[in-house]
Amino acid sequence: MKLTGSEVLFRTLHKEDANTIFGYPGGSVMDIYDEMFRQKDIRHILVRHEQGAIHAADGYARASGKVGVCLVTSGPGATNTVTGIANAYGDSIPVVVFTGQVPTHLIGNDAFQEVDITGITRSCTKHNYLVRKIEDLARTVREAFHIARSGRPGPVLIDLPKDVMQSSIDEGAIEDEVHLNGTSALPDIEEDCVRAFKLLKEARRPLLFVGGGVILGKACDDLRTFARRLHVPVISSLMGLGAFPGTDPLSLGMVGMHGTYYANMAISHCDLLFAVGVRFDDRVTSKLEAFAPHAKIVHIDIDAVSLERTVRTDIPILSDSKRALSIFNRLMAEASFSYPPDQTREWLEQVAAWKKRVPLSYCRSQRIKPQYVVEKLFEITGGDAIVTTEVGQNQMWAAQFYKFDHPNSFITSGGLGAMGFGFPAAIGAQVACPDRTVVDIAGDGSIQMNIQELATAVTHRIPVKVVILNNLYLGMVRQWQELYYGKRYSQSHINTGPDFVKLAEAYGAVGLRTDKPEEVKKVLTKGLNTEGPVFMDIRVEPEEGVYPIVKPGAPLTEMDLGKPAVL
Amino acid sequence: MSKREAAISIVVNNKPDVLARIAGTFSGRGFNIESISANVTRDPAITKIIITTIGTQDTITKIEKQINRLVDVLVARDISVDEAVQREMLLIRMKPAAADRNDLYKAVITNGWKIIGQDDTYLFIEVTGEREDIDRALAVLEPLGMEDFSRTGTVVIERRGP
Repeated sequence: MKLTGSEVLFRTLHKEDANTIFGYPGGSVMDIYDEMFRQKDIRHILVRHEQGAIHAADGYARASGKVGVCLVTSGPGATNTVTGIANAYGDSIPVVVFTGQVPTHLIGNDAFQEVDITGITRSCTKHNYLVRKIEDLARTVREAFHIARSGRPGPVLIDLPKDVMQSSIDEGAIEDEVHLNGTSALPDIEEDCVRAFKLLKEARRPLLFVGGGVILGKACDDLRTFARRLHVPVISSLMGLGAFPGTDPLSLGMVGMHGTYYANMAISHCDLLFAVGVRFDDRVTSKLEAFAPHAKIVHIDIDAVSLERTVRTDIPILSDSKRALSIFNRLMAEASFSYPPDQTREWLEQVAAWKKRVPLSYCRSQRIKPQYVVEKLFEITGGDAIVTTEVGQNQMWAAQFYKFDHPNSFITSGGLGAMGFGFPAAIGAQVACPDRTVVDIAGDGSIQMNIQELATAVTHRIPVKVVILNNLYLGMVRQWQELYYGKRYSQSHINTGPDFVKLAEAYGAVGLRTDKPEEVKKVLTKGLNTEGPVFMDIRVEPEEGVYPIVKPGAPLTEMDLGKPAVL
Repeated sequence: MSKREAAISIVVNNKPDVLARIAGTFSGRGFNIESISANVTRDPAITKIIITTIGTQDTITKIEKQINRLVDVLVARDISVDEAVQREMLLIRMKPAAADRNDLYKAVITNGWKIIGQDDTYLFIEVTGEREDIDRALAVLEPLGMEDFSRTGTVVIERRGP
């Protein structure tokens, strides 16, 4: 029996258990879409812009722990995914992107809707392919899924020329065995772990620092066992939120530019920093020379490039987080180890004092405070929602005030910082987890960057809830202008609308609005209990800031705490 | 930290885009390629690329790790000068004045260079050696009517197998 390229593609996707595709058709992928018409077990979510497709595939991957799949046409279809590919690359998210390409004989001829998408995305994909003949197709697809999800995960792009998809191959001639000879086994780390365990045993002021690698490595249970047995405080990067329960008394929340006072103080005073699945991003370290100045550093990461890149490290350990943490748990169990109370008592008391001295807080006023909205959302959802965010103030307030107890529940554009991510990502997360409440915490600026996906949510009955913290500003830009640019609010005021309630209604969704603090709870409850997609336009204090804030390049201890809270 | 010259030996799958990926890894991070050479190995599916670059130990280690991360790279290794022999080849087109011809022949013979072709006007010379030998050859030949030259860039081979 002969199979066309399109048939081979779907057959291979089936083998990879990839039956959900976020995509948008066009000239170069007509044959794939024609074959899709005959496929029974494929769920295709038709978006309204290719950027929406890639962000939705990304959100799907983060919520489900599976590989997200995106399918778009050549030329503009392909280039429209580039921001989303860079976003997945920045946060190490496994997605496979299929792009159409002009027929092989036209490649290089500046043909209609031709771009060199493998060239364009070379530096923001983990790997990419141009499939030149049908014999390579099945193996390439399987390799792509393998590469996307293995090691440090990331996006992989496959460019599919139209004629390759139209051509056919004997069923018996299809080869799809993966043999990648460039991948090497991880080194034996037992000895490194024993040395690190010795440092841990000697520490008087130990601190755990966890990142997205713990979630990607599915090591959150191992982490909880480890942290609770040691009874040491835990700080998190933005990407690590949810890896360790945010409501646990040991949790100090997020560290870094907008980290909590107590997390930033703890990292600046600890004598052992035990870091797992983090990459010491500049938003975390701030001034490198003043970063964790008293600490010996143990750093576990799956990517050799992340080790010893920015901060000096005493013991770098090349490993996925699960393997390393299970070794440490075993070492602790074998030695029946726990800290003698005298060894860490002062430290734990000091951390508790910092927590008490400057908790996360804000001033109440006549107007709605955005932090209050996030707090109420946390209460009403019982902390169980999947929360996506846009980028800027909304993202930081969500990270600070929603206490994430579960992994794969906080979905945010951490590395790239792409406005317009949260809404399509929420759609993808909801498709992956139909039974959970999915909320996009948005700003009035970033929600407009992919607002067209409201049509996608309505059409496919994807009941995402969008909470717009509407301050009529590009809030984070405005805040920097207030603090560092003499209050010259250059191009950051966006008070011309739209009317988000009418807009939601125009798309066939539900829109709600309030500007009164006493109505916030009611509106959120109503919105969350309404069927289908809902926009909640919450008019918040326009000039509220995110605090603490560490000025870029300053030491983490030099935090601007904002106005003191009125208790 | 002081800078040094490093030769990085990169064994790769012989695919059309692999050189672009490696070059992109250098350029995307602001590292400069001083010289590059590539050849197919005994296994025609495998290519060996030698790139020389100048940087601090820190940047050289970073490049090595970044290149090792590429899917089509089997192994990349910074080969330090003491554990490898290295050579470079130089081809020169000379258009010597009649008065200089004698001096030119003398230079070729005393330095062990090779004349690999000549006609009434031109003389073609081959020089192989370490970088310093090549630089010295250029300095000697320049005043004797050197018109143009090409150099291969450094090739290296480790003194011992891995």
